[in-house]
Amino acid sequence: MSGEHDHELGFWRKYVFSIDHKVIGIQYTITALLFLLFGFTLMMVMRFQLAYPGTEIPFLAKIFGEGNMPGGLMLPEFYNQLGAMHGTIMVFLGVVPLAVGGFGNYVMPLQIGAPDMAFPRLNMASYWVYFLGGVIMLGSFFLPSGAAQSGWTSYPPLSNINPGQTAWLFGMVFLITSSLLGSVNFIVTIIQLRAEGLTFFRLPFFVWAQLVTAFLLLLAFPPLEAAGVLQLMDRLAGTSFFMPSGLVVSNQVLDIAGEGNPLLWQHLFWFLAHPEVYVLILPAMGIVAEILANNTRKPLWGYRSLVYATIFLGFMSFIVWAHHMFMTGMGTTMSAFFQTTTMIISVPSVIILTAMVISLWGASIRYTVPMLFAIAFLPMFAIGGLTGLPLGLTASDIHLHDTYYVIGHFHFVVAPGTLMALFGGIYYWFPKVTGRLMNNMLGKLHFWGTLIFMNVVFMPMFLQGMHSVSRRLYDQTVYEHGKDVQDLTIASSWGAWCLGIAQIPFIINFFASIFAGKKVGSNPWDATTLEWAAPSPPPHGNFETEPVVYRGPYEYSPPEDPTGFSPQNKAPA
Amino acid sequence: MSSAEIKYIDKPHPLTGVTNAKLGIWLFLASEVMLFGALFSAYVLLRVGATSWPRGSDELNVPLATLNTIVLITSSVTMVMSWASLKLDNFGKFRRYMGMTIALSLAFLVIKTFEYTPKFSHYEVFLNDKTSVRGHLGEKHEDHILFTPDPEKDGEHAGVHPEEMRIERSDIRRLTNFGPRHSNFFALYFTLTGLHGLHIIGGIVVNTWLMFPGSAMWKTQRERFTGRVECAGLYWHFVDLVWIFLFPLLYLL
Amino acid sequence: MTAHGAEDIARHVKVYITVFVALMALTIVTVAIASLHLSVGSAILLAMLIASIKGSLVACYFMHLISEKKIIYCVLGLTVFFFVVLMLLPVVEIESGFHAVNV
Repeated sequence: MSGEHDHELGFWRKYVFSIDHKVIGIQYTITALLFLLFGFTLMMVMRFQLAYPGTEIPFLAKIFGEGNMPGGLMLPEFYNQLGAMHGTIMVFLGVVPLAVGGFGNYVMPLQIGAPDMAFPRLNMASYWVYFLGGVIMLGSFFLPSGAAQSGWTSYPPLSNINPGQTAWLFGMVFLITSSLLGSVNFIVTIIQLRAEGLTFFRLPFFVWAQLVTAFLLLLAFPPLEAAGVLQLMDRLAGTSFFMPSGLVVSNQVLDIAGEGNPLLWQHLFWFLAHPEVYVLILPAMGIVAEILANNTRKPLWGYRSLVYATIFLGFMSFIVWAHHMFMTGMGTTMSAFFQTTTMIISVPSVIILTAMVISLWGASIRYTVPMLFAIAFLPMFAIGGLTGLPLGLTASDIHLHDTYYVIGHFHFVVAPGTLMALFGGIYYWFPKVTGRLMNNMLGKLHFWGTLIFMNVVFMPMFLQGMHSVSRRLYDQTVYEHGKDVQDLTIASSWGAWCLGIAQIPFIINFFASIFAGKKVGSNPWDATTLEWAAPSPPPHGNFETEPVVYRGPYEYSPPEDPTGFSPQNKAPA
Repeated sequence: MSSAEIKYIDKPHPLTGVTNAKLGIWLFLASEVMLFGALFSAYVLLRVGATSWPRGSDELNVPLATLNTIVLITSSVTMVMSWASLKLDNFGKFRRYMGMTIALSLAFLVIKTFEYTPKFSHYEVFLNDKTSVRGHLGEKHEDHILFTPDPEKDGEHAGVHPEEMRIERSDIRRLTNFGPRHSNFFALYFTLTGLHGLHIIGGIVVNTWLMFPGSAMWKTQRERFTGRVECAGLYWHFVDLVWIFLFPLLYLL
Repeated sequence: MTAHGAEDIARHVKVYITVFVALMALTIVTVAIASLHLSVGSAILLAMLIASIKGSLVACYFMHLISEKKIIYCVLGLTVFFFVVLMLLPVVEIESGFHAVNV
């Protein structure tokens, strides 16, 4: 690359096929935000069917086609497509690319004082492979077979038989490849390109979170890729890896070899998908830690225990996968083992959360918009985590498995949890990316609307679940016990639509602030970590002079420093 | 420092002692270990759960596979020699050894094709009385098929070519060639060797690039180019290593 | 592999040739053992043992793992841990007696 810098790059090389980590980070962020909006829209449409089953909305027939919604009435097959794609899009195309691809790409190299990622071209490749995967997923709606309709978990044998699954699998292969390329890049960058003096225990917690996340992606995704290959073989080459013998479909015995094992898929899937939960939550915790330290104006409490807990969490996340499968008739020895590991893994999560809550103690907190989101993350994630405990114990899981309780649980982790943190991160680093602040008033409006309505959406689900309403029902009112709690469904649906409206201030704020936000200097939050030592927005190559680090990441209010904070690159007096 | 000058692309990092590329390729190989590991555990799971499992040597062509093992191991040696030649500043020798590596990997694919093709024209008919016949498919009709069974391997009729026979469709439970759909054994065989074959093709692409257009870097950045060849070598040895396990697993056990 | 002097490399080349011969010999041993038609258990054990020896030779000498940097060992150590966990996967099924398949 030496020799081809400095001269002006054309539009395409500068903004589209860029190898600058900041441009790629922005590309990831914008794409992922659009996917989040799209995935959320799918859900808003589904929520109408759930709240008012059988009601026709004629104009939707025009949007989604008469084949899917004749006269505006959603067909069950189409409902299943929306459900499967909502999950897939939110997890694999929305939250992870935003948290890792977006924030990780933009912020991490800046925080370690690197000029770029270790492999800039690979970085570009991982974005475009992700983009292609997204195009395949979206395009699958327009195929004659429609989109996948077997849930985001794609359990066989159903997923082997259902139409639409092939496109899903191809899309996943692209997304997995993108993640693998990205995680190699992240790990190498963090290990090799840290600025002088930036030892591992001077790394901001966000970088630690990204490092552990990258290892999870690197080692947990390949088994799903293997499973995807096996399922593709089942669908395209007529093998029966996941097909038991003598399977009868539409009164006909399938012409297959049989002797496959449907649970093999579940094992391989959850081998990825449980670590994936931590891929979703760890970067969010990293963001929250940065915002908390900055706005409490004091060092993060128990930085080392946070780091050790995160590493331990990473290890443990690989040996809990079968707690998703208690109901498959697992032997008692195995279920005892996985119940134990599941209870153990809650310990590091509690350590992290506790350290963050104690960080608030005795602080003179600045209630900025990012801080509001960060504070809200704590109880929301706590609710999500604590409601997971009954699911990790077989005795209560038997009752709650596959009900709305599960939906409520993991949405509290990912939506009011991770998404709140990601919103906070956007408000926090926006001035770094654009050189301008986002509007405070609109930000607060967005925050309160989001916080309230997220709870309205997901709280009723716990009650529905405890009332045994199954999670994938197209119309719960066909059952008596479903009718009893239909009011909750309606409340939840209205919550979802209001949540949609609550995002309007954010969208306005986001775009308006790019052009009209208040201009600020390179360090508007008086922060200590290295990204604030670079100009806003940072130029190609990031830093004017190569930064040297002299201290830990969160030296706020040190007694010897009258300015109230000592940036990491500030030389000792 | 207005441009993005990445450190440690040719010289190793003073603390870790490796270049970015070398750490990167090892991380990539770590993920590959997990990919093949997952398929390996799928193999164990399906085999242990199966009611019967054929012995690989009865079903597959062991001589061809042994030949392929030898070809691949040799290509690994020529690969490491091409890297050593660069270390000795002998670019001509590098090209020669790299050329041999590519030729051997192409040979591997050709042999693989000879191994694959007959499987797709060789059939097995599973009959309703729980027996099965192996052989070659003749004409297919609405109500019956014509089928030439294989000669018996041992016993009194060993080596005698049986006549074409007529099998009623109503007697047939399942008719399949020895492709992936035949049984879980063949499904695993084709999936594992196929995926391995894709890795071979990937290696050929990279090595060809390094041999021709990529080698322009030798003139400008020697260390970096040698590092690239070393990384390609690590990948290639890994592909060899996978085959070393696949060979007994599929062909011999 | 600290310093790569010309002599060093020449010595390496000798090692490569030796390893190559060993790999060839072991390949023939594997095939020979397979033709003995041992019981399935001992055949699997022997074949995997030989494959592991061959694999270690490739990894140690061709991939230079015998004298690699600590960071690479760390990465591989981590991978070994997760690989072992992955091998637990069939154990979970076998321990549970292949419940779903035989229902």
